[in-house]
Amino acid sequence: MTDETLRFAYYPGCSLNSTAKEYDLSTRAVARAIGVELVEVPDWNCCGASSAHTVDPFLAFALPARVLVQAEEMGLDVLAPCAACYGRLVAARAEAARHPDYARRLEKATGRRFRGTARILNVLELLGDERVAAAVAGAVTRPLEGLKVAPYYGCLLVRPPKLTRFDDPERPVTMDRVLQAIGATPVDHPFQTECCGASLGISRTDLVVELAGRIVGAAKLAGAEAVAVTCPLCQTNLDSRQEAAAARLGEGLGLPVYYITQLVGLALGVPPARLGLRRHLVDGLGLLRQKKLA
Amino acid sequence: MATPNAPLVMKGGPAAGRLLAKVDAMSGTQVEACYQCGKCSGGCPLAFAMDYQPRQIMRLVQLGLEDEALASSTIWVCATCFTCTARCPRDIDIAGVMDALRVLATRRGLRPGDRNIGAFHRAFLDSVRRFGRGYELGLMLLYKLRTLRLTEDMGLGLKMLAKGKLALLPETAKGRAEVEAIFREAAEGAREAAEGARKAAEDSPETAEGAAAGPGRSKGAAGGDVR
Repeated sequence: MTDETLRFAYYPGCSLNSTAKEYDLSTRAVARAIGVELVEVPDWNCCGASSAHTVDPFLAFALPARVLVQAEEMGLDVLAPCAACYGRLVAARAEAARHPDYARRLEKATGRRFRGTARILNVLELLGDERVAAAVAGAVTRPLEGLKVAPYYGCLLVRPPKLTRFDDPERPVTMDRVLQAIGATPVDHPFQTECCGASLGISRTDLVVELAGRIVGAAKLAGAEAVAVTCPLCQTNLDSRQEAAAARLGEGLGLPVYYITQLVGLALGVPPARLGLRRHLVDGLGLLRQKKLA
Repeated sequence: MATPNAPLVMKGGPAAGRLLAKVDAMSGTQVEACYQCGKCSGGCPLAFAMDYQPRQIMRLVQLGLEDEALASSTIWVCATCFTCTARCPRDIDIAGVMDALRVLATRRGLRPGDRNIGAFHRAFLDSVRRFGRGYELGLMLLYKLRTLRLTEDMGLGLKMLAKGKLALLPETAKGRAEVEAIFREAAEGAREAAEGARKAAEDSPETAEGAAAGPGRSKGAAGGDVR
């Protein structure tokens, strides 16, 4: 980066410690490569997605609020790569404004005072920031030429638009621009903001197989060779249910589902081994090798 | 975005007004503004798997048909993707209404209209309460055990373990006592809310059947059971 270093309170959340470790690895690698400093929230807890909001509104507020309070104490804005975490953090801030007693109850339970001063950013918001975009563009050493990628934004970065205030809820473009900046070809398709079924992937697998088939099927039909995502639930559903979806559709799919940060990292010259590219269920390395990108 | 004009007032007796008022207050939105255009149902990616369409749920709330709304599979099948909320021409937070209805169903101790989805949410929150952080492997095992679907996804689970996608042991937040305290505070608030609803129902007995002993009430699950 140029003059001032960008620093963020980094909230990985539970998935980035487990199923989505490659999202964590690649986000940190990209940040390092462009000189953005990520300081992990010291004692973060689960944000409550995808369940707390279905049983109790105070619980849905207080779990993410405890994370936000720590970021406030650090005096930093928050970077939350997981779209579900991001959605819950943004919702918590809005709920605090609507229910003044929530902050009081949180303080009673934990001794922590919520102020609601920290700004909350998702990964595309960071990559789309003018300074960051310029740093990325200037640091590309291995442009992903010839790689046709379907951007898949999912739900929670762009909706509800009144809370996220990020990009266009029906026709977002930030990821397309990031893909162009790293030399890849974004492929337009109609399912970019359609839901993947989120946590229904475990409880109602049948529904997610249907939704994953629609999304990956549309990407493939449009000519994409891979899908790029920003959410661990999206990645897990589109990756792990793709085989079943293909069987149901009666056609091969086989599109690797990358986190956008894995692709950016690759373009910035981060070694593939440090981007978790072997952790995919639909092979993530074969396509890149075939294109001589890894 | 424009605030809807003078709200339509539905005349459905005291029970109707009460459900509408509760849901409006909880979701911070005005369900009475719904004019049944169906844009929510048309755009809902999961409408194909619901018993009532989202538009019909709005009507049930307007009419005060609480038992029907709370027993529906719709409120559990909804994945909270907010497509309906983003598109509603009457500016109703429909996904927020689904949340309010799930919370009301939980407080009344109703068996979720989709048992597997309900069991997942319980297993998930049990894990968060215990460790302060989600523990995916433990969550999956607990969930599969409770729903007696242990063999389903066994192959996928093993593949994910082999890829290192499932941590074997839970991570814990140092401040998990604080997380536990948050759960206790939530449970206390929910008990108070359930008690308030019970009293309100007692005060007008002609509409009490909904709050006291609706169909599908599971035994021993007292209102306000936040797990």
